[in-house]
Amino acid sequence: MYAQMIKSTGQGVKTREEMDPQERAFQERIDAGGKIEPKDWMPEGYRKNLIRQIGQHAHSEIVGQLPEGNWISRAPTLERKAILLAKVQDEAGHGLYLYCAAETLGITRDEMFEALNEGRMKYSSIFNYPTLTWADMGAVGWLVDGAAIMNQVPLQRTSYGPYARAMVRICKEESFHQRQGFDIMMKMCAGTDAQKKMAQDALNRFWYPSLMMFGPSDKDSVHSAQSMAWKIKMNTNDELRQKFVDQTVPQAEYLGLTVPDATLAWNDEKGGYDFAEPDWTEFFDVLKGNGPCNVDRLSTRKKAWEDGAWVRDGMLAHAAKKRAAKMAAE
Amino acid sequence: MPQDALFQTLLRLGDNTLVLGHRVSEWCGKAPVLEEDIALANTALDLIGQTQMWLGYAAEVESAGRSADDLAMLRDVWDFRNILMVERPNGDFGHTIMRQFLFDAWHRPLLAALAQSNDHRIAEIAAKAVKEATYHLERSAETVIALGDGTEQSHARMQDALTLLWPYVGEMFESDEVDAQMAATGVVPAPETLKDSWMQTVRATLIEATLAIPEDEFAHKGGRTGVRHTEHLGHMLTQMQWLQRAYPGANW
Repeated sequence: MYAQMIKSTGQGVKTREEMDPQERAFQERIDAGGKIEPKDWMPEGYRKNLIRQIGQHAHSEIVGQLPEGNWISRAPTLERKAILLAKVQDEAGHGLYLYCAAETLGITRDEMFEALNEGRMKYSSIFNYPTLTWADMGAVGWLVDGAAIMNQVPLQRTSYGPYARAMVRICKEESFHQRQGFDIMMKMCAGTDAQKKMAQDALNRFWYPSLMMFGPSDKDSVHSAQSMAWKIKMNTNDELRQKFVDQTVPQAEYLGLTVPDATLAWNDEKGGYDFAEPDWTEFFDVLKGNGPCNVDRLSTRKKAWEDGAWVRDGMLAHAAKKRAAKMAAE
Repeated sequence: MPQDALFQTLLRLGDNTLVLGHRVSEWCGKAPVLEEDIALANTALDLIGQTQMWLGYAAEVESAGRSADDLAMLRDVWDFRNILMVERPNGDFGHTIMRQFLFDAWHRPLLAALAQSNDHRIAEIAAKAVKEATYHLERSAETVIALGDGTEQSHARMQDALTLLWPYVGEMFESDEVDAQMAATGVVPAPETLKDSWMQTVRATLIEATLAIPEDEFAHKGGRTGVRHTEHLGHMLTQMQWLQRAYPGANW
């Protein structure tokens, strides 16, 4: 779940009677499971929402390189270093597909970068938490990628063709990411006392932020109905969060770790766990820019963008000279 | 002691790829464009993969019960055998890519020659690695050309990088008893035999990049013999080896 709290048009879902014929035909196509392609007519709200959502997802992949990049230079073995490098490279690749998908909606990658740097576009709140020990590389793969997969698997069926197709490729790689995260956790939990302590500490710090990745509770989620009608959101926040908890708790037990929630209990009636809600005040603080790493993450990205300006200019200038020389020769 | 010479030779190969791979990996998430983030991570990944093979073989040759990871994570500065150029800090993107190019232009012909080594293990590793190095050279040369030829500012930055790195290229062609012994038995090419091919690539690329080749032939030395590394390597190892040093004997 790399896109959360996507603001929709705020007008609520129109009834069929309120729609004009074009919009009605569009909605009917979506209801019948059809795909919308870049050149098709689409309501302005659909286009705007998707740009926000795909853009936020892309930014999350790019900013998401930073908490893991924080440990590439300290990875404990050559193999762990190689695996982490491969994972971060995949994430940059996901960013690339997603920016391309968003570009089909009439916005450029540079515009989206600028919006990110100026704080007009967001990335997932999870990347504003620090990675403090090697076990955090395990927890990020296991919990954060695990939560992302929960959301991304259904998005393979989303109504916008380029987004759905990008998601198919991304999902294949994400499941490898989650497995490598769990593998790190298994090694740590079977290791020394210090390693076990790191593993428990990582779960303690990442549990609630991972639950927050699904966004606010359905009763407070004002933008979901329209997105679900358009099939750019396939499940409600609470459905996905429940699914995530039900999947993850047995995994924590297998690892011998304790989920930091004293109220956690199996509920036979609903066939799932009852669990404590995350602290939503903290969630909104992080979204507002007050997470532990917001300032650092954004300034790292801004600095990379500004420091790289001469490189981008140089490459463009060279390409223009080559084009001119080619034209002169023809 | 031919086994010791072989061990030293393998450390030289593996430490170059380890140290350069580590440096390149420091760019993660901070490159000028997304495509470069991907390319740099890919280059680092190839180099670390090559390190696993070179140091893995080195550990076998040494047969002292050490693994490739022990060699990477538990040796101190004076036991490292990489050339000085690769341990230099990244600097700006121009410096990183110029260093990569000067290295790739040497690494590719070196690996091509090693693919013909009498030592079949070396030949196997090199045959795999040369494919990666060919791609690295293609990319780094293209980027050096684009930025050398690009704008006034990119040209100036690339020229500065070249001037700064030039005193570190001579070490690639330096030769000692280890090289002499290994070259005599057909295990490795004599270092000086790679210079013509290297110079040809470098000259052609830098001319196209509109950059001036420095004339000074002074060369800093001491990395591949371990006699005198730069101050930078110790800081890099402090970070790279930290977990293994702080939690000895743990399984990761």
